[in-house]
Amino acid sequence: MSAIAADKGMSAITYTRRKWTNTIMLGLCSLSAFLAIGILALILGLIVVKGIHYINLDFFTKPPRPVGESGGGVSNAIVGSLLIVGVAALIGIPFGVGTGVFLAETAGPRMAGVVRFTADVLTGVPSIVVGILVYSWIVLRMGHFSAFAAAIALAIIMVPIMARSSEEMLKLVPQSQREAALALGVTRWRTILSIVIPAARRGLITGGLLAIARAAGETAPLLFTSLGNLFPTVDFFGKPMAALPVDIYQYATGPYQSQHEQAFAAAFVLVAVVFFISLVSRLLLSRQG
Amino acid sequence: MEAAANEARSTPLGFVRSLARARWGDVLFRLVVGIFGLSLLLLAALMVWQLFFESHASISTFGWGFLSGRVWNAAGAGVFGAAPAIYGTFVSSTIAILLAVPISLGAAIFLAEMAPPWLRHPASFLVESLAAIPSVIFGLWGYYLLAPKLAVIEQALADHFGFVPLFGTHVYGAYGMLAAGVILAIMILPIITAIARDSLLAVPSTQREAMLALGATKWEMISRAVVQYCRSGLVGAVLLGLGRALGETMAVTMLIGKVYQIKTSLFLPAATTASQIASEFGEAQANPLGRSALMELALILLVVTLAVNVAARLLVWRIARSPEMIRE
Repeated sequence: MSAIAADKGMSAITYTRRKWTNTIMLGLCSLSAFLAIGILALILGLIVVKGIHYINLDFFTKPPRPVGESGGGVSNAIVGSLLIVGVAALIGIPFGVGTGVFLAETAGPRMAGVVRFTADVLTGVPSIVVGILVYSWIVLRMGHFSAFAAAIALAIIMVPIMARSSEEMLKLVPQSQREAALALGVTRWRTILSIVIPAARRGLITGGLLAIARAAGETAPLLFTSLGNLFPTVDFFGKPMAALPVDIYQYATGPYQSQHEQAFAAAFVLVAVVFFISLVSRLLLSRQG
Repeated sequence: MEAAANEARSTPLGFVRSLARARWGDVLFRLVVGIFGLSLLLLAALMVWQLFFESHASISTFGWGFLSGRVWNAAGAGVFGAAPAIYGTFVSSTIAILLAVPISLGAAIFLAEMAPPWLRHPASFLVESLAAIPSVIFGLWGYYLLAPKLAVIEQALADHFGFVPLFGTHVYGAYGMLAAGVILAIMILPIITAIARDSLLAVPSTQREAMLALGATKWEMISRAVVQYCRSGLVGAVLLGLGRALGETMAVTMLIGKVYQIKTSLFLPAATTASQIASEFGEAQANPLGRSALMELALILLVVTLAVNVAARLLVWRIARSPEMIRE
């Protein structure tokens, strides 16, 4: 009798303990999710509050003033970022989509496996390594820093991301659409170009936008390639060129208050652009679904 | 017909015949697209080869001693060693993993198992938005907000627990190993959370139902039936986060303080492989041996991150490919 009673007592304690463990652990899990979101809010909060405070029209339209003087803007870096990221997208996106078509449409399963795995692993290569590679491939050969080298570096970063996302998007196109086209006597390549790719266009655009957003914020590769420039230039092949992320880095760690203010303003612009792009791509994708 | 098709594939003559029968547009298209795909492999091979080639001078001068050398061009003597950078990378990534893993696994469990449907998507979006923020922005935030706040905590820890070697008695200011480790933890949080959540969602619901039917609490169900089931995916997620932490450059460069010494205290300035490449690059351009040494640092970084990423992908693929995969 007493043994059973003891057993009952034990199980009541065990039961309470189990319930409490459950509550505490689930609580901790929820807490961590909100902690992550809280950190996001803290970061965006600081950038938005400080950035809006220091932003003005001159910031967008004027080149930098001599170091240490207040006023002036970062028009040169805005132009530079647009040029570099634009050219990188022109090179990297077609290349990435081509690789995606290879993976999804034409490659045999074994070959596709190898290339897919390589693409996945390449997305994990640190961007600074890509930067120093392009430095030795292009900057050392040409003998000077250039926006061209920066665009190549960003394109190399974009290709594997683009390849994997476009492969996924192409695979979402129903097989029956391909079969219907082929049954009508359309050649494979016409099927892919005029049926499959148009059917997946929203997904492809989304992938491209996300790749652009990623490239726009990259800083480390630019340090080795476009370097940065206080003066406005549109010489794509011959001269170093300013870009927003590099300006943020240099201004933030520089000694002058006026530079710090511009770093926050530039950070605000960069974050706004990146978030705008990812929001647009989310909307595009959800409308497709 | 079948025999003809087999012949077409297996003999050279048959291959030429099948080419002749094929439509040229298709052949050309396959060729072009194939070149795109294969150039990705070529790119990966070229990366490793180029870094080997460029670091030749450094490798032949210092040999394996490069890995254990503790000075980096002290007083311009032309002797380069990677030990402080490798140590810094190891320690900062360890701090990042220790801080980020519990939080991101918790967040992943919340998103996959607990969040009501109306909350799941917005919350996932917010957590993943953290991944969209560029590295330099984390650096800026850490430089002005995180590091100064952290310095206060560091000083308090040093005052009260200074006898612990990790909390060494001197705090030289806001920037150092701990600040870098904390910012890395924040930066790898979203990637670990996202991939861990996908792994959890790939667990068949029968696992959950069976455990609940046995009378388990929700936590017991999650920890024993769900987490156990997809642990290789979770380890893969953590490894992907580690790969990211090892190679992160800008934020770390801004927060770690650029001192090439091996010190036990986490509050002292240090350097990582990536941050050292970024901050030494300006000086190294004029000095061929120094440049070669930087290239060797990059080579070490590339080889280590490739190894971590290969391991991570293999683990994540295993769970994603498991036959009973059920997604919502």
